[in-house]
Amino acid sequence: MIEKTAAELASALNNGEISSVELTQAYLDRISAHNEQLNAFITVCEESALNQAKAADEKRANGDSTPLLGVPMAHKDIFCTEGVTTSCGSRMLHNFIAPYNATVVENFNAAGAVMLGKTNMDEFAMGSSNETSFFGPVRNPWDLERVPGGSSGGSAAAIAADLCGMATGTDTGGSIRQPAAFCGITGFKPSYGRVSRWGMIAFASSLDQAGPICKSAEDAALMTNVMAGLDIKDSTSADIATEDYTAQLGQSLEGIKIGIPKQHFAEGLSTGVEQSIRDALAEYEKLGATLKEIDLPNNHLSVSAYYVVAPAEASANLSRYDGVRYGYRCENPVDLEDMYKRTRSEGFGDEVKRRIMVGTYALSAGFYDAYYRKAQKIRRLIKNDFDAAFKDVDVVIGPTSPHTAFKLGAKTDPVAMYLEDIYTIAVNLAGLPGISIPAGMSDGLPIGMHIVGNDFAESRVLNVAHQFQLATDWHKQKPDLSGAGS
Amino acid sequence: MEWETVIGLEVHVSLSTKSKLFSGTASEFGADPNTQANIFDLAMPGTLPVFNEEALRMAVKFGLAIDAEIGKRSVFDRKNYFYPDLPKGYQVTQLDFPTVGKGSLTINLEDGSERVIGVTRAHIEENAGKSLHEDFHGMSGIDLNRAGEPLLEIVSEPEIRNAKEAVAYLKKLHSIVRYLDISDAIMAQGSMRCDVNVSIRPKGETELGTRTEIKNINSFRFVEKAINSEVQRQQDVIEDGGRVVQETRRYDADRDETFSMRSKEFANDYRYFPEPDLLPVEIDDDYIDAVRATLPELPDARKTRFAADYGLSEYDAGVLTATREMAEYFESVAKDSGDAKLTANWVMGDLQALLNKNDWTIDQSPIQADRLATLIARIKDNTISGKIAKTVFETMIEDSAGVDEIIEKQGLKQVTDSGAIEKLVDEVIANNPDQVQQFKDGKEQVLGYLVGQAMKLSQGKANPGQVNQLLREKMQ
Repeated sequence: MIEKTAAELASALNNGEISSVELTQAYLDRISAHNEQLNAFITVCEESALNQAKAADEKRANGDSTPLLGVPMAHKDIFCTEGVTTSCGSRMLHNFIAPYNATVVENFNAAGAVMLGKTNMDEFAMGSSNETSFFGPVRNPWDLERVPGGSSGGSAAAIAADLCGMATGTDTGGSIRQPAAFCGITGFKPSYGRVSRWGMIAFASSLDQAGPICKSAEDAALMTNVMAGLDIKDSTSADIATEDYTAQLGQSLEGIKIGIPKQHFAEGLSTGVEQSIRDALAEYEKLGATLKEIDLPNNHLSVSAYYVVAPAEASANLSRYDGVRYGYRCENPVDLEDMYKRTRSEGFGDEVKRRIMVGTYALSAGFYDAYYRKAQKIRRLIKNDFDAAFKDVDVVIGPTSPHTAFKLGAKTDPVAMYLEDIYTIAVNLAGLPGISIPAGMSDGLPIGMHIVGNDFAESRVLNVAHQFQLATDWHKQKPDLSGAGS
Repeated sequence: MEWETVIGLEVHVSLSTKSKLFSGTASEFGADPNTQANIFDLAMPGTLPVFNEEALRMAVKFGLAIDAEIGKRSVFDRKNYFYPDLPKGYQVTQLDFPTVGKGSLTINLEDGSERVIGVTRAHIEENAGKSLHEDFHGMSGIDLNRAGEPLLEIVSEPEIRNAKEAVAYLKKLHSIVRYLDISDAIMAQGSMRCDVNVSIRPKGETELGTRTEIKNINSFRFVEKAINSEVQRQQDVIEDGGRVVQETRRYDADRDETFSMRSKEFANDYRYFPEPDLLPVEIDDDYIDAVRATLPELPDARKTRFAADYGLSEYDAGVLTATREMAEYFESVAKDSGDAKLTANWVMGDLQALLNKNDWTIDQSPIQADRLATLIARIKDNTISGKIAKTVFETMIEDSAGVDEIIEKQGLKQVTDSGAIEKLVDEVIANNPDQVQQFKDGKEQVLGYLVGQAMKLSQGKANPGQVNQLLREKMQ
């Protein structure tokens, strides 16, 4: 049962095949069997999960059949959860118990989902391998010596290993899609502003977006139904009507035009990944789609622009962690400056400190025009590239990542790590919706395919992904965990 | 050498919105520490700002009142610096696109002249909290009640030439924001604060000298004294062959001197950048027109009207319109009593003296407008004399009863009954045979003395005109 998609679980619950309490217990058992190896969860909320499950069962008995009622899930530890530790993967917040719920968490609570716990992540979502977490790296269920990707590595690993039915993630430069690719699952980043950021701990405000990490495009649509919407608590949330994101899932792809960015099939792309994506594109042609090569001429600037904008915003967003009001404070500070220096030196890890320094530098007097302002201009150019592309095509498809999951500790050079997100970052800079779905295997490791849509074209992106999943079985591949855990 | 002083003022006024600039927390003055701070004000992780539109409306109102350009697209920026009472580690303000652009206001000087002072801009920003360094045993306490309160920072052009002009500018600003009802602007409570930029240069020179900034002065009087003291200091430095250092200074009122706080040459780099959690605020002409429609009559317009409608001198009209409360008080009394000139005399005379003596504002006056109007009406209708009115006025300070009741109770009603007055006059003539004789001998001045005696006998209540007339008749 635990291997089922959220949609399947919901129907099993509706048919009375299993109760939410039984299902929740099954996941809790699975977590206790495998979390030690995977390190996917930072916090497990056994008691409250069972209470929520019981409440869900009672609601269902009373005729409530809300789609995700009673489905056990996990939240990335970046979402504030009232009364539960919300660490953001950092020593700085290892003791921080949030006094309120993020809107995303509220929405899932209202939908009757059961929260099993909080998943591991790169510290403050800064990383592409989950190795920057204060709570230690997450292991990839396909190969415990490999990384799950990041920063939402805990959620991705938990889904791949069936530790939960669905999970949330956040994506600033690829943090949902890249781990989804590495773990062989489905990860969807909606358009910027589609999901409220209230209660989601900020990394880079103009790029951060929450989304589903799950087992199918259909699940992603069901979760988006719960997550999406205008929130008056987030001034940047979009005042654009939401849709039933499952409504278009049945539509044929006959006549749909797929753009293939030539820049995404260039140097640096591994042959295994390239072959799988080419095969997947051939599959789309069979489904009636036409392929067209497109040009994203400024794509090569996206990583550079991102590593100015994101650290700049982060450098200010992370100033609040000063030891004054909550979170980590150094021992016995002698004065204010000592408290600031040691609290922040000891409380943040190296990657976070590196980005704070980069961002501080980029915003400094005399450098602002050369870095921040120029990066914003590039951002506009990148958006223009996509706008031009979407005049000709309906979606843009390419690989999510240039290669499959790499080994823990393999990437020590920060810039090499930054280049992990070369295909995903432009989508954040442009604010577009993008999904990664499994599209093949190479040497026993999953390969992710990246599907990008125009602004607020969530339904189309989800259907293009769904049609592929109807025609193929890549999303049903499961890692073998029999050798791992007890 | 003759020196010229150049002064620019940065004035912060707290906007009297019901809630803070970016959170729903109330912002009352004087609440217990940290009782007016929610999760956003504490900068809890994941919280986000939501702009309070009331602050925008107030800023636009101010802009229109000083004939300023209104920014149709204002952009918030983050100003980054660390301080324990700045919870987010940055202050949200407006750098390049303020809500209020260039405008001007007319100041009124003591000699009756006027000057127009340019306002460079006025931008909306959030206040910081308060650090408390006493009573915490070597630690500091933080009170975040004030954190996130909306401020309007009004920046003047460096066009002010002396301390008196600076005070006149502040008073006009104070008057305008209170007329607009957008701020209490109470300097003692910090809802109006002033930073002064001062430099001097040889008269005739067009280049500006090096300026110093005197921070956070909290009364009009100290602004004047601080400027005078700083100007003198700068003159002394330069005349001794020294050089003025650009720096921030603090005014010590006890010693009447300014002291260096920190050098601006090592100033913070605030690393401003546009606040990504907020969208630019866009307004159109309809919005501006709607705000314009809510503008009250402003001090200058009211002064002109008072002078014209009530026949007041420029000076009197200026005094009576300096604050909205005073103007409203005057106008109410003038209308109800039916005598504007007499009202002006009473308000600017006895009433103002009473307020000054007790350090009361007009709102705290124990003599409300309706009671003063009745008092003046009783002088007009001869119920009491002007002299008795002063006695009634004194009683009214302690006694909240109606004017007529006080006059009645104390038997102060003017005696106009001719029989009673005749009795008084007869008594005076009988008691003062010498003076009566002198009058009869042609010494006119004696009449005044005799009237005085009669008034005394009546305890001031007799109608002096009648007494005068009857005395004359009887002594012929």
